[in-house]
Amino acid sequence: MPPWLIPYALLLPGILVIAGLLLWPLVQVVFMSFQKLGLPQVRGTRPAEWVGFDNYQRIFENDLFWTSLRNTVVFAAVTVTLTLVLGTAVGLLLQKLGKVMSKVLIVGLMAAWAVPPVSAAIIWRWLFDADAGIINWALNLVPDGLSNALFGRADWTGQPWLNDPVSIYMILILCVLWASFPFIAVSVLAGLKSIPSELYEAARVDGSTPWHTFRKVTFPLLKPVFAVLTILSIIWDFKVLAQLLILAGPTNREAYNLSLFAWSEAFNPPPKMGTGAAIAVVLTLILLVITFIHVRQMVRTEGDIK
Amino acid sequence: MKPTTRKRLGSIALNGTAIVVFLFAVFPVYWMVATAFKPNDEIFTTDFILFPRQPTLEHVTQVFTDGVAGNSIWVYMGNSVFVALGTVLIGSVVALLAATAVSRFRFKGRTPLMIVLLIMQMVPAEALLISLFLMIRGAGLYGQLLGLVVVNVALTLPFGIWMLRTFVAAVPKELEEAAWIDGASRFRTFWKVLFPLVAPGLVATSIFSFITAWNELIFALTLMPESSGYTMPVALRFFFGQRGTDWGAIMASSTLMTIPVVLFFLMVQRRMVSGLVAGAVKG
Repeated sequence: MPPWLIPYALLLPGILVIAGLLLWPLVQVVFMSFQKLGLPQVRGTRPAEWVGFDNYQRIFENDLFWTSLRNTVVFAAVTVTLTLVLGTAVGLLLQKLGKVMSKVLIVGLMAAWAVPPVSAAIIWRWLFDADAGIINWALNLVPDGLSNALFGRADWTGQPWLNDPVSIYMILILCVLWASFPFIAVSVLAGLKSIPSELYEAARVDGSTPWHTFRKVTFPLLKPVFAVLTILSIIWDFKVLAQLLILAGPTNREAYNLSLFAWSEAFNPPPKMGTGAAIAVVLTLILLVITFIHVRQMVRTEGDIK
Repeated sequence: MKPTTRKRLGSIALNGTAIVVFLFAVFPVYWMVATAFKPNDEIFTTDFILFPRQPTLEHVTQVFTDGVAGNSIWVYMGNSVFVALGTVLIGSVVALLAATAVSRFRFKGRTPLMIVLLIMQMVPAEALLISLFLMIRGAGLYGQLLGLVVVNVALTLPFGIWMLRTFVAAVPKELEEAAWIDGASRFRTFWKVLFPLVAPGLVATSIFSFITAWNELIFALTLMPESSGYTMPVALRFFFGQRGTDWGAIMASSTLMTIPVVLFFLMVQRRMVSGLVAGAVKG
């Protein structure tokens, strides 16, 4: 085999999989978003019908799309912010802790990080259970006067947290935050360890306050790490689906985000795969714009991808 | 305040915060396991029972014998293991070959390929669901675990190549050149020199793919219509369909699903962090 052919031979299976099972479906989903794909078309009794921008027009006129878009964006914004803040704080904490304590805390973080998303959602659903949930038990411990003043109620037993989209999203934020801050914390810790301690010594000698040191020394040096963590978090939190499906169920339309809306349009009977595809395309476009900014930044700073 | 007192107070505050964070991370997991071993009257109560007073295996036995959605939990575990192992076996071979190509060779089309790999990691799998569903159905794989394996191989491949290439790149090229000069064939050089050195990275990448396939819900839910083909995450969802949620059984099943992941996770956590961050930072 001529040497120039070797890399292509090695890549052949990978390229087949990526082209056939990722790129081609991506192209197809764009095509499908311009077609009418209802039950007869899915069954194959009638051919797919080209309908132009009808699907897009239909979703943009649907209030549900705008609710889903709002849910997606607000959820991602809140969760990414909370995850990064909490994760960074815990990363800094890990660096300050003694050896034993930081080991113990890391093992604890691993436990939360390792739990499968479906299990995580189930656990949080159980914590917030209306009748036997531990959260309602804890809220009942709050003195009645204080509880009344803060929330306007004293007895929390039976509080149905999973009926209302706002409280569903509150639980979803907690659930995703809980599962994802450990990764941020451990990554920030890894970044912190790469900063030479002389820099901190110098800052201390100069009488810098901890907050000032963080802003002027730590943050600028960890900027690339934060950039990556932010983009990864945005991408992960934009398409949260499994957890939402467990917490809200497939029919709670008020609680849809874009992924769940797309999925239920396409697969809840009667199937409307064209509309589902259009929603999926909108979601993908949003994510690709974010990714594009990310990749351009990387190519610009590195010149070439190693 | 004396400096020593201040220092001590600072240390107390620090360790106190660490304990709070530790409890926040661990308590929900503990609560799942504790619930799995509590009898029903300790589960369905408005009291707070930290430790099971009368620990019981009834829920564990129940999910193995009665199960859910008409099958024992063994069936779902078996399906999950089949899908996850199948994904790892096929995926790691494909990823290793591709990773060797991109980190050992400079060739035309390499940069576009790397950009495609990067972008494909960002495309939401859910967006591909509709077309993959129709493709899998067209290929006669609807309702077959093999179809799910194929999908998971595709979904885990971009990140697998991305992660594995840093491990291949870390092996000094001189080692292979030495073997090559000593007259070893290309295949022998790969098999006897590169492969053993990349093996730890291959294990880490495989475990990552295993976890991804093991945890996957949406494709499994969409591609497997018969309950005998459910994977663990899909089966777990079914507990909520029943009248009155059986939390003991759910938590027992959820614990069973979580154990393998936690074990694997502890094995590879270091590499996961360096793989995700370093891979992304260095590009």
